[in-house]
Amino acid sequence: MDKLDRRIVNELQGGFPLCERPFAESAQRLSITEAELISRLENLLQAKTLTRFGPLYDAERLGGAFSLCAMSVPRDDFERIAALVNVHPEVAHNYERAHRLNMWFVLATDDAAKIPEIVSRIEKETGCPVLNLPREEEYFVEMRLTA
Amino acid sequence: MNALERALVKATQGGLPLVPRPYEALSKDLGLSEAQVISLLQEMLGDGRIRRIGAVPNHYALGYSANAMSVWDVADEAVNELGRAVGALPFVTHCYRRARRLPEWPYNLFAMVHGRSRSDTAANIRLIRAVLGSSLRSADVLYSTRILKKTGLRIG
Repeated sequence: MDKLDRRIVNELQGGFPLCERPFAESAQRLSITEAELISRLENLLQAKTLTRFGPLYDAERLGGAFSLCAMSVPRDDFERIAALVNVHPEVAHNYERAHRLNMWFVLATDDAAKIPEIVSRIEKETGCPVLNLPREEEYFVEMRLTA
Repeated sequence: MNALERALVKATQGGLPLVPRPYEALSKDLGLSEAQVISLLQEMLGDGRIRRIGAVPNHYALGYSANAMSVWDVADEAVNELGRAVGALPFVTHCYRRARRLPEWPYNLFAMVHGRSRSDTAANIRLIRAVLGSSLRSADVLYSTRILKKTGLRIG
């Protein structure tokens, strides 16, 4: 990642224009060409510096729901169980954490009723009890990081 | 969500096409005009169904390797006020109240802290502790050690 990549990541974590030539408009702000911006973004995605480039949807406001779930997974079976969990499209994120509860995943669906269904399917498939911790109140969310 | 909105979410949840006119490229598949795609996205951004449009970084790739979920058991009568105060700290990226699961999980306040080193992150977590003061009963810190999946919402 060079200086220009960092500027792109810092500038474009939100506010991508809604107009006919949005890459051209963003590129102009960065003093580069549209083609250069597109090729930089392709490379950043390929290198997995970016996981995505596009709209970030709020499952709850779309009429669905989120929930944070935790499991205590046996160390020697961790990879197999991670694969069983991740195969569900409703698993939006999954993190390994240094704790007795060592697997933490977020379920995101467009239908709130699906959350308990998926939780019990994951419990059945993995044999691990799931601690389901639904959000009750949001005080702040602004995930912007400086590259 | 109507059928058109659902189709738009499905077409864009994995990312925008990286072409000079991405909304035009989407409009063809959706049977809309480019202007209609733009105005639908504008509407969804306006009402919060879209949080933002742009780059979603892998925080490890940006050098943020000390990422902690700090969890706190705070008195119910104080949690809303304190949650807003913790959420206002500049280094907190997410702050939520969640259901407790007693006796296993006594924590009702969650604050995510992303940092480039354990010492930075630990120092910031001490600042959260200071905000919570005497309303704090117990706490824990869970550092992430690996991303196992990060796709975001995927509707079928």
